[in-house]
Amino acid sequence: MNQPNDTHTLVDHLFRHEAGKMIAILTRLFGLHHLELAEDVVQEAFLKATQTWTYQEIPSNPAAWLMQVAKNKAIDILRHGQYATQYSREFSLRAKEQVEETVEEFFHENEIADSQLQMIFACCHPSLNSDDQLAFTLKTASGFGAAEIAKALLTNEAVIQKRLYRAKQFLRDQSIRLEIPVGGALNARLENVYTVLYLIFNEGYNSIKADELIRKDLCAEAMRLCKLLSEHSCGARPMTFALLSLMCFQASRFESRMDENQSIVLLQQQDRAKWNQPLIALAYQFLSRSSEGDELSIYHLEAAIAAEHCLSPSFQSTNWQRLLGLYDLLLERKKTPVVMLNRSVVLAQTGNPDAAIEAILQIPGLEKLISSQYIYSAVLGDLYLQAGNLDKAKEMLGKAYTLTTSQAEKKLIAGKLSASNFEN
Amino acid sequence: MKEFMLIFSGPDYSHHLSPDENQAQFGKWYAWVEELKKKGLYKEGRPLSPNGGKTIKGKEPVVTDGPFAESKEIVGGYFIIEVATMDEAVAIAKHCPDFELDGKVEIREVMTM
Repeated sequence: MNQPNDTHTLVDHLFRHEAGKMIAILTRLFGLHHLELAEDVVQEAFLKATQTWTYQEIPSNPAAWLMQVAKNKAIDILRHGQYATQYSREFSLRAKEQVEETVEEFFHENEIADSQLQMIFACCHPSLNSDDQLAFTLKTASGFGAAEIAKALLTNEAVIQKRLYRAKQFLRDQSIRLEIPVGGALNARLENVYTVLYLIFNEGYNSIKADELIRKDLCAEAMRLCKLLSEHSCGARPMTFALLSLMCFQASRFESRMDENQSIVLLQQQDRAKWNQPLIALAYQFLSRSSEGDELSIYHLEAAIAAEHCLSPSFQSTNWQRLLGLYDLLLERKKTPVVMLNRSVVLAQTGNPDAAIEAILQIPGLEKLISSQYIYSAVLGDLYLQAGNLDKAKEMLGKAYTLTTSQAEKKLIAGKLSASNFEN
Repeated sequence: MKEFMLIFSGPDYSHHLSPDENQAQFGKWYAWVEELKKKGLYKEGRPLSPNGGKTIKGKEPVVTDGPFAESKEIVGGYFIIEVATMDEAVAIAKHCPDFELDGKVEIREVMTM
């Protein structure tokens, strides 16, 4: 399926991306309360494609073909459907008498991005909790199946089905309409969208346990939606570019973080020649666009931190002092345990492991974090190792080893454990 | 050479597949047909629409919707392939990608006059 220059094959994820578009357009026509009807139409289009393309030829523009089927079906439903008066208010206002022409307008190239963004804004409605926002965005805006979402988020399908059901029911019960908010409401909603895209990206980037392919899909999807946002007048603003820049910087290192034996390669040992330079160049472009205006968001700071790493020709030449300054600024805006932990690692690199350990011990609720998340004891163990406190190092690394279920992480920690034994 | 008709039927699985899975399933069908064509075994095939079928029967014929009312199965389409024996036809039909989705293939030899 993936051979290039073969006109008989489809591009990767064609169906998924088209599903996102079609669902958005159809839902804009039918109304959010008819989301399931939109999903049915999309399924029908896929079934029809599978059947006819198998027996005949794949059309030269498969995406347009799918869109046409969806459009025809939509016209059919809107003309003869049993819910005649209950479609979206936007459709009712625009429909006049000519159903067909109005549907054509909705399917017009210029309207597609609008529809997709309206859908993303609905998925990130502030009344939904963030777990539901995340699952619902992946399902509705990105065309993931419930099983795929479960696999990506390391949970089971029933949990995801429940979240999707809850989100759908809420939107229906509250008669939420598809729209791009304006004024202050737009700012607030954009913040929600950023958070969800950031979470989707991080799920893909950080969750070592999930399958490699699905992780890449999550990162790619977050980047695709963020790019869509950046290309629209409602979203072309510095914070969007900062987030997009952050994602590109991080993604440029995706491939070099694991070796062929599925072992984790730490930043220090990564082959920087393998970092994706075109992506880094793109990240810089977005970073410079993010600096128009005087806004300094957490995404600006995280992008700047990622840029610092990508800019440095080697680990040794990293400007740790500058990084520490960026982390201090980040901490003012986002005082979370993870940021505090990462800042400590940088602090240690400036030649002060004892201060770094002290800073970690100051993290509120550390006891609980240490007993539930391996990363805290793993970092502490490493810092104790650097500071020459081998007993403490062994204790912490041992704790981290039992906490993580990832083989790759276990391997990495075991390596450090043997180093602590060796030095003993 | 003889002609055999492969008739594909099964449950309407489409609602349980995600877009990606749908695409993957299509890819398998497409690859299968391409291979049969390359070997010169595939003569023709047509898909059947999943909705709107009718059945007529009785001495005073009665038209009913279906056959879906009686059986949950949908006939998705048919192939005509050209091979020497039923065994060969069976061997080919075993490669149908829909078995994992509870699909079914009926194989009938086309009678020659």
